Amino acid sequence: MQRKPIHSILFGIMLLLIIIPILFPFIWMLMSSFKTQVDIISWPPKFIFTPVMQNYERVFIEQDFLHYMKNSVIVSVVSVFFSLILGLPAAYSIARYKQNKLSVFILVARLMPGISFLMPWYIVFSRLHLMDSYVALILSHMLIALPLVVWVMAPYFDSVPRELEEAAMVDGLTQQSAFLKILLPLSGPGVVTATTLSFIFSWNNFMFSQVLSQQKTRTLPIAVYNFLSYVEVDWGAVMAAAVVIMAPAIILTMFFQKYVVKGLTMGAVKG
Amino acid sequence: MAKQGFLEKNLRYLFPLPAVLFVIILMVFPVVYTFFLSFTDWSLTSGKPLSIVGLESYLKVLKEPRFIESLGRTFYFTFGAVIVEMVLGTVLALILNRKFKGQGMVKTLLLLPLVATPVAIGIVWNLFYDPTIGILNYVLSVLKLPQSGWVSDARTVMPSLILVDIWEWTPMITIIVLAGLAGLPSEPYESARVDGANARQVLFQITLPMLMPTILTAVILRAIDALKTYDIIYSMTGGGPGYASENLNVLAFKYSFEYFRMGQSAVMLVFLFAIVMLFSLMVMRVRSIFEL
Repeated sequence: MQRKPIHSILFGIMLLLIIIPILFPFIWMLMSSFKTQVDIISWPPKFIFTPVMQNYERVFIEQDFLHYMKNSVIVSVVSVFFSLILGLPAAYSIARYKQNKLSVFILVARLMPGISFLMPWYIVFSRLHLMDSYVALILSHMLIALPLVVWVMAPYFDSVPRELEEAAMVDGLTQQSAFLKILLPLSGPGVVTATTLSFIFSWNNFMFSQVLSQQKTRTLPIAVYNFLSYVEVDWGAVMAAAVVIMAPAIILTMFFQKYVVKGLTMGAVKG
Repeated sequence: MAKQGFLEKNLRYLFPLPAVLFVIILMVFPVVYTFFLSFTDWSLTSGKPLSIVGLESYLKVLKEPRFIESLGRTFYFTFGAVIVEMVLGTVLALILNRKFKGQGMVKTLLLLPLVATPVAIGIVWNLFYDPTIGILNYVLSVLKLPQSGWVSDARTVMPSLILVDIWEWTPMITIIVLAGLAGLPSEPYESARVDGANARQVLFQITLPMLMPTILTAVILRAIDALKTYDIIYSMTGGGPGYASENLNVLAFKYSFEYFRMGQSAVMLVFLFAIVMLFSLMVMRVRSIFEL
């Protein structure tokens, strides 16, 4: 079907009106991260300027962001890994035995305000001398990742035909090995969705790390926030820090766009 | 079939067991403990041991103007943001629901605001909102409009924060509605064409009613997250200026980890918890009505 050219021009304009507001904060952040303080506070705001690297130097050399980045990676990767280990079998069981109550029970963790567990954790972890430890952070982040794994994987396992497992079991495999050797390898796309989503949400988490971590285990979001409060708002460096912290989630999303969409639309859209 | 071992016979209990134990230890116990603390007057800074005081902490909290105001603000923020997100998100989805060059790229762009780290988003918007160097006041001055204090003015701080939430989360509604649109059956459209229905009739009598369950579920899920908003508010204003942007989550956080008044904080958490649970029940209800 051929559309009238006027229609595609109108559509093009509408598309720009949608895209520009979405992109502008990212572009401005990126531009500001290469500006000197003088260029940033200049009035009117500058769109053309000489880019400098000094902000990134401050972030990585003076502020040791690599240390916080390492913490963020450890906490996110380990918590997602253990969430998969706990979540995959649970999701399988929910899908195979239609354990709806169980699924609601685990999903409630996704809906509940995190702060209602955070205060008790703070008290208990202090008593156990686990403040500022990776253990406390990883456990707390698992409560973010685990419900996401179950949320994504239970419907996914449900959609894989049972016959595949049953055939394997007729051939003498136990059900658990049929799950491990037949079903899981077939569930790659689901696992990618679950992993990407839970990694992003763990990576972005602010409140849990704000309370449970100090200098040793501090993750990036807190480092960026603290940076804001003790440098006399050095905007360029703060923007560079913001670029550094956003980059991994954005790169992951670009690679796994389809999977992220799938995970986010799950639960609201049938099928 | 092979003889069933212990694991296999009890698979339905053993497979979910670790996850269930984990959720009980890290979520159920803490929530029960929070309920318990709400009946005490425990404060970490007073140095006194905790004593059970019944409903005293509840009364104290209910008489605290900061609490009542934050409760109102929680709803103001949630409804203000979510209603705009619902309408705007659906409109964007209807516009984008066609084949065009660069569709995949536009979808990726839509995802960016919601995967970006909220604290970093807050910082970028603070630069936009800065009254003296911010680009928004520059735009206003070019348009010869009066400049605004944005987040630094108690009168405009809430709408400014709501605007950030709208920027961040409208694309999610769009993505969900787009997925819903892709899954609609084609028969009703065919019979509408046969009946000679115009575009507006098709939109209001076929598309929107069929999308309703999807939109509703997305909106309530979004509302649940909006009720708990913390990162954006705390990183942009810390609840200020004064207390002008404190919602329940921010206030409860301050009571817990800045004032260490655990008893009263627990009361606030019970309220937040109850509100969120109410909305969660609504999601379940919508899902069962529409058999999602």
